[in-house]
Amino acid sequence: MAAHHHEHGHDPSVAHHFESAEQQRQSTKLGMWVFLATEILFFGGLFVAYTVYRVNHPEVFVFGAYFLDTALGALNTVVLIFSSFTIAWAVRAAQLGQLRLLRWLIIATMACAFVFMGVKYVEYSAKWKHGLLWAGSYNPHLEHGDEPAAGHGEAEAPSSTTGAPEAGAPADPDRSTIAPAAEGPHGLAAPAVAADPHAMPVEPANARVFFSIYFMMTGLHGIHVLAGIAAMLWLLRCLGRGDFDGGRFTKVDMVALYWHVVDIIWIYLFLLLYLID
Amino acid sequence: MATGPDRSNYLTTGRGVLSWLFTLDHKRIGVMYLVAITTSFFLGGVFALLVRTELLTPGQTIMTADAYNKMFTLHGAVMIFLFIIPGIPAALGNFVLPLMLGAKDVALPRLNLTSFWFWMIGAVFALVSIIVGAVDTGWTFYTPYSTTTGTAVISMTLGVFILGFSSIFTGLNFIVTIHKMRPEGMTWFRMPLFLWGLYSTAIIQVLATPVLGITLLLLVAERALGIGIFDPTLGGDPVLFQHFFWFYSHPAVYIMILPAMGVISELVSVFSGKHIFGYRFIAWSSIAIALLSFLVWGHHMFTSGQSGITNMIFSALTFSVAIPSAVKVFNWLATMYKGSIRLAAPMLYVLSFLFLFAIGGLTGLFLGALSTDIHLHDTYFVVAHFHYVMFGGTVIAFLGGLHYWWPKMFGRMYSERWAQLAALLVFVGFNLTFFTQFVMGSHGMPRRYYNYVEEFTTLHQASTVGSYVLALGFFIMAGYLLHSLVRGAPAPANPWGSATLEWETTSPPPAGNFDVELLAGDPYDLDALRYDPGVGGWVRKDPRSILVAAGGAG
Amino acid sequence: MNSTGLVQMLSVLAAGLPDDDGSSFWMPPQVSTVAQGVDWLFNFILAISVFFFLLIVVLMVIFVLRYRHREGESAEPSTSHNMALEVTWTAIPVVIVIVIFVFGFKGFLDMSTPPANAYEILVEGQKWSWTFTYPNGYVDSDLHVPVDRPVRLVMGSRDVIHSLYIPAFRVKMDVVPGRYSKAWFEATRPGEYDLFCAEYCGTSHSGMIAHVVVHPVGEFETWLEKASNFLDTMSPVDAGRKLFQVRGCQQCHSVDGSSKTGPTLLGVWGRPASFTDSSTTVVDENYIRQSILEPQARVVAGFEPVMPTYQGRLSDPEILAVIEYLKSLDAASSEE
Repeated sequence: MAAHHHEHGHDPSVAHHFESAEQQRQSTKLGMWVFLATEILFFGGLFVAYTVYRVNHPEVFVFGAYFLDTALGALNTVVLIFSSFTIAWAVRAAQLGQLRLLRWLIIATMACAFVFMGVKYVEYSAKWKHGLLWAGSYNPHLEHGDEPAAGHGEAEAPSSTTGAPEAGAPADPDRSTIAPAAEGPHGLAAPAVAADPHAMPVEPANARVFFSIYFMMTGLHGIHVLAGIAAMLWLLRCLGRGDFDGGRFTKVDMVALYWHVVDIIWIYLFLLLYLID
Repeated sequence: MATGPDRSNYLTTGRGVLSWLFTLDHKRIGVMYLVAITTSFFLGGVFALLVRTELLTPGQTIMTADAYNKMFTLHGAVMIFLFIIPGIPAALGNFVLPLMLGAKDVALPRLNLTSFWFWMIGAVFALVSIIVGAVDTGWTFYTPYSTTTGTAVISMTLGVFILGFSSIFTGLNFIVTIHKMRPEGMTWFRMPLFLWGLYSTAIIQVLATPVLGITLLLLVAERALGIGIFDPTLGGDPVLFQHFFWFYSHPAVYIMILPAMGVISELVSVFSGKHIFGYRFIAWSSIAIALLSFLVWGHHMFTSGQSGITNMIFSALTFSVAIPSAVKVFNWLATMYKGSIRLAAPMLYVLSFLFLFAIGGLTGLFLGALSTDIHLHDTYFVVAHFHYVMFGGTVIAFLGGLHYWWPKMFGRMYSERWAQLAALLVFVGFNLTFFTQFVMGSHGMPRRYYNYVEEFTTLHQASTVGSYVLALGFFIMAGYLLHSLVRGAPAPANPWGSATLEWETTSPPPAGNFDVELLAGDPYDLDALRYDPGVGGWVRKDPRSILVAAGGAG
Repeated sequence: MNSTGLVQMLSVLAAGLPDDDGSSFWMPPQVSTVAQGVDWLFNFILAISVFFFLLIVVLMVIFVLRYRHREGESAEPSTSHNMALEVTWTAIPVVIVIVIFVFGFKGFLDMSTPPANAYEILVEGQKWSWTFTYPNGYVDSDLHVPVDRPVRLVMGSRDVIHSLYIPAFRVKMDVVPGRYSKAWFEATRPGEYDLFCAEYCGTSHSGMIAHVVVHPVGEFETWLEKASNFLDTMSPVDAGRKLFQVRGCQQCHSVDGSSKTGPTLLGVWGRPASFTDSSTTVVDENYIRQSILEPQARVVAGFEPVMPTYQGRLSDPEILAVIEYLKSLDAASSEE
């Protein structure tokens, strides 16, 4: 639509440098799509890190997934899929100028986002309670009482990363997966620490990294959900200002696109983190 | 500041610092970016001079090893992230792009301002890092060194993370602007080649930078929380960081060079007085470079122990990038053939660019070939190679563009004689600084060395002297450019005889850029212009030919 | 080798004739079996590069001179597009880079496939020294190899990434913590050559230099046997001095009174030392032994806790020798 209106009595909702509302809408939409592409690539990096670690240490993921609550994860998936539906409906309502309905649909979507974050809070606090945290703060103490990693906690554990004391770190387990050479340089490879036979799921070396990945991925996603909530609040404000009068729906449309992407990323996270045999 | 002859312009519309800091005008944002990045360039240059001075003699000359390690890290980080990546797109591109489109602004002016502010915030983080002890990791932040060193890595990486978003926003904005705001008559293949350069750059900016973002976030998390993804003691893979890092940072090299090639395409045509040769090949080669750039990152890691097959594939793909670059060089030469070449300052930079970029590009062949790269990797040969590309290519083109658009930006002409002297000094100083480094590198002088074996002393000293000549060239340049702002002769609308649309408005342009809606024609149809001694510049033979209102299809 | 005639001519033009040891304007001496191949490819690419560089610059200069703007003249009308020409100068680089790629890959295959009977030496990098462990368990800080015999290096790192680089051999391989990397070479000329760390690793990165000693035929075994018995053949002080140098102690601890990464050990014996936890002690055998085996237990005030442990790397007789050496370091007999 190469519309070239020469009138300069601009529609106040069209910025001065655009020629028409249509050009403005299309520009915004393209910008949003490009932005979403960057979001996908942003998470893409994490997915690659996940893949590499999982290919190298599959047992870590099997072990870690045991501690994730699939029911809660599934609940959150349903909540988000439902919210995708409400926000899609909201776009339709905006197009048709049904502003009261629009308001309720935005509120419904926001409510879903809050439910999601609430469930996430429950999950996170359970992990926190059991010390199932990212590698640097990993200090599991589960009901089973006799957890594998806790036993070895004393020795010096040359703190590899931050220099901060690592709580309960096992003594430098298995620095390398490569079998030790007969005359190899010392310290490169150590024989694998024998797993505690009494432990419920046998904890593989470096299980803690699963929780690093879990917190990085879900944490970053959670931040995006929070940003979504902020965007919805902004939509409500725009609605109050009358920005959506006359069937103008671009802003709703943009937030909806964003929200769908947040939703899709969660579905992948659910599959990759929770649903491991 | 300069004031236009009889009307207000973007420099005089709105006064006070706040009118600048919160402007949505792409021209003002471009100028702010220009000030910001030249300041960074100065800072990075000071670090470079300190590094070179330290290397005057083996062992300690003026600083300790730890200080030296910080100096070269800061030189790299400041030059790459604060100067050269935003350099041409955010400063020159911001100013020129909407003007070339005959538009009033970029599509998303608020995002444009956000981009600038993100740059500022990122720069503050980097500065905080410098103040609280700086970083000594090298600009590449390789793990596990970067996760174990005691220096201020988190602040610096967060700064770079934020600068990344600044870059993404600029790229996103340019993509949307070029897609949606081209004027009537400007089909894709009638776009000025600078816009093709910016467009292909923008593709890389939006697709590669997020990966850098997540990489740096993982690095910060590694340091702050010990997440273990890159930590070999936890089963992580330190080489994975290199893959991540170069997945961004090799395309980033093309973020630097593609807009530079765009600038050269404009200049070579205008100052040869001739239509650009092989427009489509140049345009397509930009896109080809942008796409291929995503497939070659592994050539930074030929010695990292990755498999032979991986090395083979990356080597082959690396060579494929050489071809579009070669095509461009031949097309530029062909443009000069039978031209009417004016050796004004911008054209001197074009010649300089062709000379230096040829060396930079050809030495890339040594590094793309596997067996020679094993020997040359991480030596001064690599240092010299990428300086020939980044400085000899990007910075020289940036200077050419700066001299070319300076009259448009500020409405003043600079001293041509001083400009020629500075261009010469920069050229000589640069070659002296870096050609010597090729020889040191192929003899086995590793990079990032505080100390060196005696045999390299003479070459190191020559290199250092070269850097001083280079610095002198830049001081002269700063002098006459600043002088021109106050005393320079007023610039005509079109001082060079260019046919792109930015020269159709006054110098400097009014806040709204154009009074009329323009109709774009062939951007390299220089025959449509004639020199008018009355105004001291070039004018259209038929001024109505570019007005939509006069003959446009409507 | 007819095809290489032009290559040689051009590269000689650019580089000058190679010397007897294979070194040239561009390259260090050739001391391994692969060096010649690498240099051949280098010169081949150099010849191509010089050719194209001259082509570009000469054309540029000619055009500038010939088509310089003159008052009142404008450009001659000429075509702005020529498909045949443009396809040609796209196709020629394609062919050239394919050729270079193939040569480079072939050379790389030779460099990365060690012969089966190679002599194996274990290499360990740490900040900021190298240790080389020979098959009989002897450890040295320099790399000693026999001439004309393939040598395979199996390399690991104790801390960050290093990279073993021997310019004269054209060999470089990263040394990455958590995995073994491998490199091989066959030296062709006895002598002493530089070995650098090529991957930035911190403060003394540029000091992480070792020597490669290529022994003439038959002499390597003699050297190894003699060197391995140093604890028996040397006095404890001399043996301790040797260990001090070979095992990388001197990278961080001076014996002349100056502070490096760690405190100087000049006159350390019997001196009171105060620690970061503000405790103090007098330096004796037990303290030295603890410092070597558990370096983080008590860190001397004013220094970072960066020393790696030597647990399992030094035997008790070796630690004793080091202690004896440190005892000998009093201010009066300041050495080195």
